Amino acid sequence: MDKFTTFTGIVAPMDRPNVDTDAIIPKQFLKSIKRSGFGPNLFDEWRYLDHGEPGMDNSNRPLNSDFVLNQERYTGAQVLLARENFGCGSSREHAPWALEDFGFKVIIAPSFADIFFNNSFKNGLLPIILDADVVDALFKEVEATPGYSLKVDLENQTISKPNGNDISFDIDEFRKYRLINGLDDIGLTLQQVDDIKAYEAKRKQQAPWLF
Amino acid sequence: MAGKTLYDKLWDAHVVRDNGDGTALLYIDRHLVHEVTSPQAFEGLRIAGRKPWRVDANLATPDHNVPTTTKERHSGVEGIVDPISRLQVETLDQNCEEFGITEFKMNDIRQGIVHVIGPEEGATLPGMTVVCGDSHTSTHGAFGALAFGIGTSEVEHTLATQCLVQKKSRAMLVSVDGKAPEGVTAKDIVLAVIGKIGTAGGTGFAIEFGGEAIRDLSIEGRMTLCNMAIEAGARAGMVAVDEKTIDYVKGRPYAPKEEYWEQAVADWQTLHSDTDAQFDEVVHIDATALKPQVTWGTSPEMVVDVSSKVPDPASIDDSVKSDGMKKALAYMGLEANTPITDITVDKVFIGSCTNSRIEDMRAAATVAKGRKVADNIKLAMVVPGSGLVKQQAEEEGLDKIFVEAGFEWREPGCSMCLAMNADRLEPGERCASTSNRNFEGRQGQGGRTHLVSPAMAAAAAIAGHFIDVQDL
Ligand code: SF4
Repeated sequence: MDKFTTFTGIVAPMDRPNVDTDAIIPKQFLKSIKRSGFGPNLFDEWRYLDHGEPGMDNSNRPLNSDFVLNQERYTGAQVLLARENFGCGSSREHAPWALEDFGFKVIIAPSFADIFFNNSFKNGLLPIILDADVVDALFKEVEATPGYSLKVDLENQTISKPNGNDISFDIDEFRKYRLINGLDDIGLTLQQVDDIKAYEAKRKQQAPWLF
Repeated sequence: MAGKTLYDKLWDAHVVRDNGDGTALLYIDRHLVHEVTSPQAFEGLRIAGRKPWRVDANLATPDHNVPTTTKERHSGVEGIVDPISRLQVETLDQNCEEFGITEFKMNDIRQGIVHVIGPEEGATLPGMTVVCGDSHTSTHGAFGALAFGIGTSEVEHTLATQCLVQKKSRAMLVSVDGKAPEGVTAKDIVLAVIGKIGTAGGTGFAIEFGGEAIRDLSIEGRMTLCNMAIEAGARAGMVAVDEKTIDYVKGRPYAPKEEYWEQAVADWQTLHSDTDAQFDEVVHIDATALKPQVTWGTSPEMVVDVSSKVPDPASIDDSVKSDGMKKALAYMGLEANTPITDITVDKVFIGSCTNSRIEDMRAAATVAKGRKVADNIKLAMVVPGSGLVKQQAEEEGLDKIFVEAGFEWREPGCSMCLAMNADRLEPGERCASTSNRNFEGRQGQGGRTHLVSPAMAAAAAIAGHFIDVQDL
């Protein structure tokens, strides 16, 4: 996993609550046995006017010009601004894979669905929770200001607005450490082999039917 | 010191190492695997040169992509028409073979939806931690287990280490008090719960369902209930162990054998919240006031009684919420204030990990018996959750009841719950479905899903529109 570094990126607003994982990446794309290449099909049903299937040449498909990510002012967006309960629905990790492949690094919302939130960190995508009124204010600013960007500094846990104001955010230490260092979770857990073996030995005594 | 919740007990029994920051390395007893969320995890193992930590803790089956028509099904994996679906099923077969994982293959009688077969085989037991790369893993909490869905990175992590780093959730008790009236099923109860607390109401919580109406539910009903805990935002749902749980597990292939049975039962009998346990949040629902539920929108929280009308966004002050309702109504092709019973349907789907067990089949068949599917219904399909459910239903003659009434009787799999195979809605088609998600496009692009119980779905098929099953 790449290390997460401070960056400044254009913000795209996704102004609806409960954006679910079926909307983020429709199920027909889950048939892939790879973990990359999902970006062109991010929000497929909202983004294109025709029906998308895996293997299609997406560059020739008719775009829905009303859809936010198709608007020129949001080209190259790296920050997605969203409403409550973003990422609800299935456990598909294809959702963060698609967002990341598209180019997003950060998603800001008042709340996220648990599994999506968890999956994001595993893929170098940072979900940031801010108060609903702070998010609401950001929506207004983004929509009023073409080219609106935010600077995201994970180390210091701050988001800087174009006017110089900072918003601070919370993140748990361990997750921050892993993102900043781009660490592999499995490698970290395997450093605790002895603990796992000791647990298994003890558990086998208490609940032998589980083994 | 206050007593422990069921969740505390399950959590504490599985801590391998407490990280001291609210997270812990948790031991996983059972890992269920299906074809959609596992290929990249096996690939990851191969690239890193890792092996599964404990092969026998895993159990795999293909369910999402398998065809449900008898002809296509009987032509075997090579006969799956969609080449990409076929590749995914083949990839699971190869991975299980390579890593030595037990798999119930597509035409094995034990194959089925992963959340149906785990309990059916006794592979899900009280007191276990159960994970699967699938959000509806919450289903298994019905046994007094800690069960939750994980992403593909965590599937790989579980395979490689038999553990996961988890943050402890807060504990919520949803107490459904009093007796549910006739015709109100587990599905109606859980839809009503989601309608009350909202799809994000359980976010950050593990929900324990309790109260008289829950104790009254069968184990299969409790599975329906816990299945949809995730739709309330909770990663895990659970119900305390009682005699019903123990009776259900007894004698199943993976259940503890003679020598350990008594010991296991003694352990399982402790799996309930202590009377003085403290929950972070408690929600009460009056079961006696419940009616059969029907969703009207594109989120499971958009739900009302069958006797009500489609709600009016104009009556809501919160603008984010009322905009969401307007979008949902536009997508669903519905007008505010339409009586639910005036909504006609095009297709009916009875199946999915929420409602495809034998009791669900029986409930639907009771309604269908001696009746006919209405003329306006283009397709009414019944898809059992596993090969064994199908077999049992056929032994009871349920398949004949369905076929005589005009339903199609299919082979087991996820089917039109998410339409990854050929079973799907066409744009604009309206479906009464016993599945768990009414999201836009879930059952096919432009498809309109209304979530209901099996009896209510069968009733809609017979009447051609929604109707209280009691009024049929
Ligand atoms: S039946 Fe539906 S919800 Fe259940 S596992 Fe299959 S696709 Fe997922």
